[in-house]
Amino acid sequence: MQFSACGNYKTRYVDEATIFPNDTGRVFVAVLLVFLATLPFWLSPYFVFVCTLIGIFVVGAVGLNILTGSTGQISLGHSAFMGLGAYATGLLAQAGFPFWLAIPLAGAVTAAAGVLFGIPSLRVKGLYLALATLAAQVILQFGFNLFDSRGGGTAYLSVPQATLAGLVLDRERLFYYVVLFTAAVAVFAALNLFRTRVGRAFTAIRDNDRAAAAMGINVFAYKLLSFSISSFYAGVAGALWAYASGVVSAERFTLLLSVEYLAMIIVGGLGSVLGSILGATVITVLPEILRVAADSLSQVLPQATHLFLAMRFTVFGIIIVAFLIFEPQGLADRWRVIKTYFNTWPFRY
Amino acid sequence: MDFLLQLLVNGLVIGSVYALAALGFVLIYKASRVLNFAHGDFLALGTFVAFALATSLRLPVIPSIILTLVCFFVLGLVVERVVLRPLIGKEVIAVIMVSVGLSSVIKGIMYLVWGPGYFLFPEFLPDVPIIIGDVYLSPMHLLGLAISAALLGLFSLFFKRSTLGVAMRAVADDQQAALSLGVSVRKIFAVSWGIALVSAVAAGVVVGSITSLSTEGLSAIGILVFPAVIVGGLDSVPGAVVGGLLIGVLENLTAGFIDPLLGVSLRSVVPFIVLVLILMMKPYGLFGTVEIERV
Repeated sequence: MQFSACGNYKTRYVDEATIFPNDTGRVFVAVLLVFLATLPFWLSPYFVFVCTLIGIFVVGAVGLNILTGSTGQISLGHSAFMGLGAYATGLLAQAGFPFWLAIPLAGAVTAAAGVLFGIPSLRVKGLYLALATLAAQVILQFGFNLFDSRGGGTAYLSVPQATLAGLVLDRERLFYYVVLFTAAVAVFAALNLFRTRVGRAFTAIRDNDRAAAAMGINVFAYKLLSFSISSFYAGVAGALWAYASGVVSAERFTLLLSVEYLAMIIVGGLGSVLGSILGATVITVLPEILRVAADSLSQVLPQATHLFLAMRFTVFGIIIVAFLIFEPQGLADRWRVIKTYFNTWPFRY
Repeated sequence: MDFLLQLLVNGLVIGSVYALAALGFVLIYKASRVLNFAHGDFLALGTFVAFALATSLRLPVIPSIILTLVCFFVLGLVVERVVLRPLIGKEVIAVIMVSVGLSSVIKGIMYLVWGPGYFLFPEFLPDVPIIIGDVYLSPMHLLGLAISAALLGLFSLFFKRSTLGVAMRAVADDQQAALSLGVSVRKIFAVSWGIALVSAVAAGVVVGSITSLSTEGLSAIGILVFPAVIVGGLDSVPGAVVGGLLIGVLENLTAGFIDPLLGVSLRSVVPFIVLVLILMMKPYGLFGTVEIERV
């Protein structure tokens, strides 16, 4: 086993592209996964549920980071795509599909929708494309509301619990493992994506799409591919969310969630898979902390619920603005700095 | 026929509000290439401040509106200096997200102070219906239309005649050339934020007096500004006016004719369907300048 290199001995490009340059990372990830797998044994159901949520948003944020961070296409409609995945899962589950089939199918449906709304990227880019995805958000959200109000009243789509070989994967404990597994697969798939031609093409398009086209990359096709991969992730996240919460309603998939997704990748670090994980964790845990704070304040102040809403908006906005101004590279870069510090300690250079 | 006329008039009234809001939005975009997602929230905040001055401090309505406009001009300068200036030259997503963050902060403050309820703006005109032909108009509608038209006229005069207005157009056209001719680009950025917030508050007060005040309802106008500016062209002031009016009329015609047929309210999504169609067919809108990229 090799834990740390005392220099750069890479002689081939393949070495440069390895995910783990030495065994430290491998051991760290293995320990982390085992640790995460033990969580349901000693955490209360509420905290397990929060961890489930974190896992779901990690999947979504990794997906958005592929599109926005690595391909440079801003999406303001990620929550709508997640919603589409959730609705698709609800319908599939009610039709009797098992969860391990419903989740990828929901991802595929969402990927198709993502391609549809990515078509404007043929002609417009940057700000204009951001507005096209904003329109996707509003239109899909309208569709969800329409679906919720089918047959007059409000009928939310209920999702049965996931079962595997007769075993009910309860939302409090066992479904967490499904989420953990999916999130791990999603993260490793994303890491590997950037070691392939496709991933490099995405980065080339982000850095300069004219130059990318000049190098023989079919810019439009790769943009659509990026849209579809990102939407697939969003759809899978939505599918997991549908099973985890049991009820799908339009309220959850508003523009606010799209903004939260963007906040996740900005706080974490654009174009970084690790950043997506860190960002998703911070942005998911933050409202829970605020909720607890608001609850304890409600002993003193009577209007705590709208206080919570107000605090959530304010703190959230301040975090986005502060990160953009003071730490534009995000938490992933901070992590890299810390790692380098300990790698080279006590010799700084 | 009367129904159609009534819908058209209502559409023009609400459209003129959109036009006014879109004007400020385009101004910011033209000068500094910032897509201001907080525009609707500034609009709502301004309306609520005017409302608070008029009700809590018991100032007369007109002075409190004027005081708010002045305050928001200054606020625009401050926001530009504190939040936007550090991001000059950063990538597009950073600039978009900082305005999104700003929007979130303002929403939070509004929820904290006023909560999610509905309020009525103090009336400053008698509520006597004016009937022209078969079209019903309240004085407030008429005043809203007049204020919007007057302000739009004032702005276009400002851009044509005043030195500052011409300098702003110069900066929008070519920053370096403007800089070399002695125009302070920083000052222009700041002033365009100031003017944009003033026009947003004016739009907010008009729509707040026609309907009611709620944080949700008012900041939603900020989202509706997007279809308006895309239809008109993101960087065109006349385009903002035409786009705003078109979207207003379109909304009302949809609500009047299509919604009863289908039994669902398409009113809120039709502007966005138009947005997508425009982006696919004529991405730079009716009057926008086509972006030419040079390698």
